[in-house]
Amino acid sequence: MAWVNAIIQGVLIGGLYALFACGLSLMFGVMKVVNLAHGDLAVVAGYVAIGVIAVIHIPVLLSFVIVVPLMALVGYALQRTILQGALDRSVLTTLLVTFGLSVVIENGLLQFFTANSRGIGAGLALESDSFSLGSQIQIGYLPVVIFAVAVVVLLGLQYFLSRSKYGRLIRAVADDKEAAQLAGADYRHVFGIAAGIAFGTVALAGIAYGMYSQLDPTAGTDTILLFAFAAVVIGGLGSLWGTLLGGVILGVAQEIGAQINISDEVLAGFIVFLVVLAVRPQGLISRGAQS
Amino acid sequence: MTVSGAKGNGEAGEERPDDGTPLLVVRDLVVHHGQLRALDAISLRVFPGEVYAIIGANGAGKSTLLRTIAGLHHPTTGSVRFDGKDVTALRPERRATQGIVLVPEGRRLFGSLSVQENLQVGATYARPGPWTIDRVYETFDWMRERRGQLTAQLSGGEQQTVAIGRALVANPRMLLLDELSLGLAPVVVQRIYGMLAQILASGLTVLLVEQDVSQALRVASHIHCLLEGRTTLEGRPADVTADQVEAAYFGLAGAAPADQPGEGSEP
Repeated sequence: MAWVNAIIQGVLIGGLYALFACGLSLMFGVMKVVNLAHGDLAVVAGYVAIGVIAVIHIPVLLSFVIVVPLMALVGYALQRTILQGALDRSVLTTLLVTFGLSVVIENGLLQFFTANSRGIGAGLALESDSFSLGSQIQIGYLPVVIFAVAVVVLLGLQYFLSRSKYGRLIRAVADDKEAAQLAGADYRHVFGIAAGIAFGTVALAGIAYGMYSQLDPTAGTDTILLFAFAAVVIGGLGSLWGTLLGGVILGVAQEIGAQINISDEVLAGFIVFLVVLAVRPQGLISRGAQS
Repeated sequence: MTVSGAKGNGEAGEERPDDGTPLLVVRDLVVHHGQLRALDAISLRVFPGEVYAIIGANGAGKSTLLRTIAGLHHPTTGSVRFDGKDVTALRPERRATQGIVLVPEGRRLFGSLSVQENLQVGATYARPGPWTIDRVYETFDWMRERRGQLTAQLSGGEQQTVAIGRALVANPRMLLLDELSLGLAPVVVQRIYGMLAQILASGLTVLLVEQDVSQALRVASHIHCLLEGRTTLEGRPADVTADQVEAAYFGLAGAAPADQPGEGSEP
């Protein structure tokens, strides 16, 4: 029973990892930007949520209504300014720029919020309540909600990319931005929109993480970015549903590792990550297989 | 300015619709690829309704000229004026919405998009005009049935047709066609050039680049030959001899016609 429990908990936490990963995957799939500040931006979104909740006293679960659009605007602005500037030089420059951004954000957070960790919405019933499945399995409401949010986000993203005008433009620009220009599309604007969407998912990831665990200034690179990378690589670069599959596999591996020995939790996840990299470097769902 | 042809075919030039205003005026265009001077003082004027063909051997600068007109290369000096307005500084997407639309060499379709989605992207920023996705389907009837397929599943000729369709739905005033025949079977090339008449009937002006000289001479109302980035011949197909074209195309000094003050400057 303990093993079944580990698998169920792993699957559910995979939803959180998919939220971490889908923005990273989108940015790479469309602009070829590997955003090393991805995790730090999620932490920023979490802190912004804490601030918004404290200042205007909205329910914790509604904080995303303000934080997600705000981060989407930040994403558009960042893409149109420094990220585009870096892209105009070379794709490798974006690595340096986002690494720099990551360092700046992390140290800025340490400066303003200290190294103390904080949760979002402490005392909320949803955070600690759970329901029982049989006698030995306890399932928390929060992981279920986060998993559901991740599925809804991925469904929404898929619908947007496949059906909407801008979704189509995003795919066209990802294929061939010069040809898109010849069709009258300003690829910089389209990049900005893609970054805005990615940052919106980053905001959700940061809030979800803050509710599930504790935010601190280093969580962005120590946890969120690393797990996002692992989920993206396991699932397959550029594949949306691959990020969910990757997240779930990472989550299950971690929970099973923890079941064997509590200190092996993170290690087990990265062993699976390494095995996938070695055996199937294109990921379990590669882009070619999907289309 | 233009080396030989402009003077030599002065009389022929009078028969072009010079009384009208040219739609496209390229003046003294110089384009560099790094250190290489890819285009050297190219000038041309294209009038509404014309089929203006640029011919020349590999590396003559034909594609560079078309891409510069479309805004994908920036000229070192010189200007591109379209419909009386200077568009030299405009980005490619702004030129497209003004009515200059290029069908690039190698087709460059969006590989992960279906045929229909390729056309939809082309129509996203379309100017008002006669071409719609439906009209493209009516013109190329096989396309409607296969609109859900990815373009990679189409043959080369079909892909080229989709690329033309994607450009047409933007309702360009001037269509730039870069090496339509590249990599296609002759019979397919014939069919694609056969469609040109229909395209022209909808009021477009066509500027095309073609390596196949006989093809260009058949369809063009005006030809312009480039050699190593310079103009070597210009005129109406009826007014140039095969020898002149050959000389201009290959740069054979001995076979050059008599009107060459500029021919001497050819290396």
